[in-house]
Amino acid sequence: MNSAALITMVLAQGIVICLTLYFFYKVLTTPPVQEPDSFSDNDEESIRKND
Amino acid sequence: MAAKVEAWGSRVGLILAMAGNAVGLGNFLRFPVQAVQNGGGAFIIPYLVCFLLMGIPLLLIEWSTGRFGGKFGNHSTPYILDTMAKGRVWKYIGVFGIFTNIAVAAYYCYIESWTMSYVYHSIVGTFDGMSQADVAGFFNSYVDISQSTTGIPYEAVLFYIICLLLNTWILSKGLGGIEKVAKIGMPLLILFGVILAVRGVTLGTSGASDIFPNANAWDGLNFLWTPQFDSLANPKVWLAAAGQIFFTLSVGMGTIHCYAAYLKEKDDVALNAVSAGFMNEFVEVVLGSLIVIPIAAGYLGLDWVIQNAGFGMAFQTMPYLFQQWGGVLAILAGVFWFGLLFFAGITSSLAMGTPWMGFMSDEFGWSKNKGAWSFGALALLMGLPTVIFYNQGVFDQYDYWAGTVSLVVFAFLETVLFSYIFGINRGWEEINKGADIKLPKFFKYVILIITPLLLGAVLVSSIPDWVNQIKNNDTNNKEWFADNYFAENFEGSGAVSGKVIDVKSDYIKFEFESERKKFDKVSNQVLVEKFNDTKEYKFDSSLNQEAIVKVGDVIKPGDAIAKGNFTNNTLYKFIGRMLLLSLFVFISIIVYVAYKKRVKEGRATL
Repeated sequence: MNSAALITMVLAQGIVICLTLYFFYKVLTTPPVQEPDSFSDNDEESIRKND
Repeated sequence: MAAKVEAWGSRVGLILAMAGNAVGLGNFLRFPVQAVQNGGGAFIIPYLVCFLLMGIPLLLIEWSTGRFGGKFGNHSTPYILDTMAKGRVWKYIGVFGIFTNIAVAAYYCYIESWTMSYVYHSIVGTFDGMSQADVAGFFNSYVDISQSTTGIPYEAVLFYIICLLLNTWILSKGLGGIEKVAKIGMPLLILFGVILAVRGVTLGTSGASDIFPNANAWDGLNFLWTPQFDSLANPKVWLAAAGQIFFTLSVGMGTIHCYAAYLKEKDDVALNAVSAGFMNEFVEVVLGSLIVIPIAAGYLGLDWVIQNAGFGMAFQTMPYLFQQWGGVLAILAGVFWFGLLFFAGITSSLAMGTPWMGFMSDEFGWSKNKGAWSFGALALLMGLPTVIFYNQGVFDQYDYWAGTVSLVVFAFLETVLFSYIFGINRGWEEINKGADIKLPKFFKYVILIITPLLLGAVLVSSIPDWVNQIKNNDTNNKEWFADNYFAENFEGSGAVSGKVIDVKSDYIKFEFESERKKFDKVSNQVLVEKFNDTKEYKFDSSLNQEAIVKVGDVIKPGDAIAKGNFTNNTLYKFIGRMLLLSLFVFISIIVYVAYKKRVKEGRATL
């Protein structure tokens, strides 16, 4: 391969691989959201488009 | 009235299902071809810019609107859009989100069935000893349902029905079934892809033969990745990049909304959307670029690739190339290649069933089973014409109107709704609710200004082509029924004449001057050279069709070349368009009935 092609390929694929792994790692390691423990947390959203 | 609402079993399952929805055959076949045709390595620059400015914003819009609609018990676009704005019209615009899926599933399952069938043929050794022309001919006879490639009558129809039944059966298991398939299919797809990509990178010159002595896989990679920076100034390249991003992410279909509608109100959408989007990019940019082009260039040479790169390579060329690996390796390569295409296909087609099922469950209380089997029946009804009249152009009409135009129209409208009617401030708040990553505020303004402008540009630039399609400007045989057959264009411009070099009563062969591209290794440029090409016509004597030209005649496109009874493809294309229109009207009526039902129950909104 010529060097321009090799650099473009490695750069483009490297960026995509790194970001894919980074975001998937964050998905795997972010703890799940705790269930709301108060009524106020539960009923804050009840309005619809007529508001 | 709604049946028990489902939920995703795990976050990883949801992301794999979303990524599976996006990853399709286009990742392996469309992306490398687009790159080859639009500046090689430089294409990656507009491509990644469009991913940032259009792809990620659209993913964020669709994930967040889906979750927003789900909060009110709506799991498909008609009522998801209805919850976002006043006015009755939005639920009918949301019809696109069901219509597109049924229409696309109808023909997409046909392609999926080819991959199933080709796995079978790879295992039983059908392609053993076949020449490249034989493999291409095998595909042509496969899609001609009057012929049988294996002795199984109506083989193409049979595999199509098996494929549709499999999809329907999995869908009847609900989100759990889809999640299970994604958890098995996506890792296998990536594994198969990595194995083939390693082969693509390491093939080098070992595939050169007496017929193609200069074949070199690295030439393919050079051509694909050498940046031609002058192409960056060409607006067509940017439009091609925007189009590729658009189609690869499966945005504008309504499937993302539907999947996201099963999230809980405070579940993250920002990180999920970006993660699923990048997983699709990994499959496309990394795996998609390292398989078809280098392997084809490694056996057939770069010039062949430049002249023939296209969707057909998957079925008409790859089986021949795998035969060069010999024995068990050839079987394994066939299974890996068509297996990965099958998993790419089924994870997408399953997603297409969920909007219909979600709508019928929300509005009429239909069970998963009833929803799935009714979807299967609709897809079969819509799909059989594409199978039976594949060569007459019905398949292409579905792909164009449902698989291309509808997506762009719907994505543009939903972006306008999100940014300007629902309101960008509420929208931005919705995107960031429960977010596990902090999105730069830059995206808020991109969603407000850049994304609608880019989508608008893609939409407006495609309108002239809509007119050409409706006016049948791609053919010189516009009448449904005719007594004469007219010569089609010999090449793209329609300005070239052809000379008759062979004639029988039911056969004509023309020779004409054409152009083809060749890659000059010294200057690293694609050069155009002239050559004499040929074109053949075959006629059916049982319909009194007979050639009316003689050897040596010079024929212009549009000149009569045969007489007899002709039923032209324009009839079948018109039927295809009418079937699609009927489906859209049918779903609109169902949405109207659901609206009336909501009015009766006091649940309707303004």
